Amino acid sequence: MAKQYLIKSMGILSLAASMLAVSANEFSGEISLQGRYFKDEGASPEQNKKTDVALSIQPEYKHKWDSGHKKITFTPFYRWNQQDKERTHADIRQLDFVGSLGEEGNWEVQAGISKTYWGVTESQHLVDIINQTDALEGIDGEDKLGQPMFRVSRLADNGSLDLIVLPYFRERSFAGSKGRFRAPLVVDSNATTFESAKKEKHIDYALRWTETVDALDIGIHMFNGTSRDPVLSPIIKNGKPIALKAHYPQITQLGIDLQHTGESTIWKLELINRQFDDSKNQDYSALVGGFEHTLPAFENGSEIGLITEYHHDSRGEAVGVTFQNDVFVGGRYTLNDEAGSQLLAGAFVDLDDKTKSFRAEASRRLGKGFKINLEGQTFMDVGNDNPLKVLEKDDFIQLELQKYF
Amino acid sequence: MLFKQTLSFSLAVAFLGLSFTAQAKAPVENAQQKGLRIAKEGDAKDIGFGDTTANMIMTLKNRAGKTSRRVISIKTLEGKGDGDKSLSLFNQPADVKGTAMLTFSHGLKPDDQWLYLPALKRVKRINSRNKSGPFMGSEFAFEDLGSQEVEKYKYNYLREEACGQGWKCHVIERTPAYKYSGYSKQISWIDTKEYRPVKVMYYDRKNALLKTLNATGFKQYLGKYWRPSMMSMVNHQTGKSTTLQWSNYKFKSGLSARDFNKNALAR
Repeated sequence: MAKQYLIKSMGILSLAASMLAVSANEFSGEISLQGRYFKDEGASPEQNKKTDVALSIQPEYKHKWDSGHKKITFTPFYRWNQQDKERTHADIRQLDFVGSLGEEGNWEVQAGISKTYWGVTESQHLVDIINQTDALEGIDGEDKLGQPMFRVSRLADNGSLDLIVLPYFRERSFAGSKGRFRAPLVVDSNATTFESAKKEKHIDYALRWTETVDALDIGIHMFNGTSRDPVLSPIIKNGKPIALKAHYPQITQLGIDLQHTGESTIWKLELINRQFDDSKNQDYSALVGGFEHTLPAFENGSEIGLITEYHHDSRGEAVGVTFQNDVFVGGRYTLNDEAGSQLLAGAFVDLDDKTKSFRAEASRRLGKGFKINLEGQTFMDVGNDNPLKVLEKDDFIQLELQKYF
Repeated sequence: MLFKQTLSFSLAVAFLGLSFTAQAKAPVENAQQKGLRIAKEGDAKDIGFGDTTANMIMTLKNRAGKTSRRVISIKTLEGKGDGDKSLSLFNQPADVKGTAMLTFSHGLKPDDQWLYLPALKRVKRINSRNKSGPFMGSEFAFEDLGSQEVEKYKYNYLREEACGQGWKCHVIERTPAYKYSGYSKQISWIDTKEYRPVKVMYYDRKNALLKTLNATGFKQYLGKYWRPSMMSMVNHQTGKSTTLQWSNYKFKSGLSARDFNKNALAR
């Protein structure tokens, strides 16, 4: 299925290429080498390796014309991974046209495979629903699969109204048997089911309105279509669970994201209400909200921001919800130096069962075109019913060297 | 606020008729009034520029002489009744290529600012608390690069003196009127004929000389608007320096408010 998708995408690419007038071309990209070290062997016997190595490449081609009012972008992505063959994967992150139209530039159109980000908070991305998560890339949910879409936006002085049509659905990718960050059973991608008879060809819609009113940034959205979050259930054979299967229900979601930007303190809130067409699934509401407070800069120009965010989900922990009553407390240290050095560190604490997880990310430039990233996460005092239980043996540290060209 | 300030920095030019009237009417003008008048005249010289686009190469040099480069292209839209809007697009260093910053500058009210992060495709509103922080590790602070609206300072006229190339300059002391500045004062040199800002000396919060900015290679566009082609900032306390090399200035290319919409950050 994934292969077919790629072939179709390449078809769109050759079409796009034939449309190109040769000027204002930009070619760039990055190659990264990644090493991971796990503190323990994994919970399953196949996860017996403590080290893992991976390589990735993501070139990017851009063509702009009409004074930058129109643009075609092509960004393929490929990752090779040593231990988990599922994590060796390719994707087209972007292959699209964006352009402003009309005399006044009041309209904007986007068509192709693309990525759209919604939201304001740091520790969870609740309202960001358009793209499927590339769960093989990391556990923070920030890596996304390219999403076929058509968007038309009406731009206003301080905001816009976007209508997005999503003609094809991307299934979430899951780790293979040797991969980390997975449940005791692997997900069998051949067993995937959909509520819609049209399966991944169900046409999804989204409507979003954004507006800035002084210090306040407001976003309201409505999404109708295939849920990006699968419902996982065991496949039983001879009375024994042998794997998991993913089921994608139909949903209607309403959401709000708000940010108030004060000079020193930024307040943030994301709120969603999700209703399922099939009453077997429980409708729910969830929120993440908090603040980021910037302390006065040090003499050398470096600065610290303190972040606190609270997570709530009306379903509670019962149905495998990680952030049902949790707090994230952390800080961002920005050196404002020549190397662009940064450190982000913090802890998630489950207020119900006291499960804790510490996470840190640091990065800086290294000479010309190189960047180094260090990332680590550890899981502690994990409650038996907490969804993070399956990650308890996956404490890791990751070093990544990126070369930009 | 980042870049557009540099642009407006270069703006200062006065409307001559206005200055004549002002001089005629104010025989007992004190140093504060004279400083403010010249700042306003300089600001008025730039009225009507409409919009500009320009490319900037920022070169950082440390004490050992090692250099690194940032390449940024900047669009500015003249504000009507409010401050200017600007959009800065980063091309180098390679790891921040595609990053963009949108700034709506105001007078004493803090600027509105959004950052676009291309890897996540995320538009993020950011605050302006640490105006005194260095911009991308350079010797330019965010506040040096922000739009230099007249209301942002209190003025005190010091003297008139020669300032090179046969030019004469007004020497004006200005004290930041906005919150969280890293400076106790700035001394600025503005040429008396065309109101070009040729030099600024920055004093830190302890009133010690911190940095000197020199602007050179002024060129006139559309027969009216002056812009420097080189700006050099030297930090006297660290020995580090940063230069800004400007090129490809274009005026009145028909930019509209839609080019400064949050959506435009991703284009």
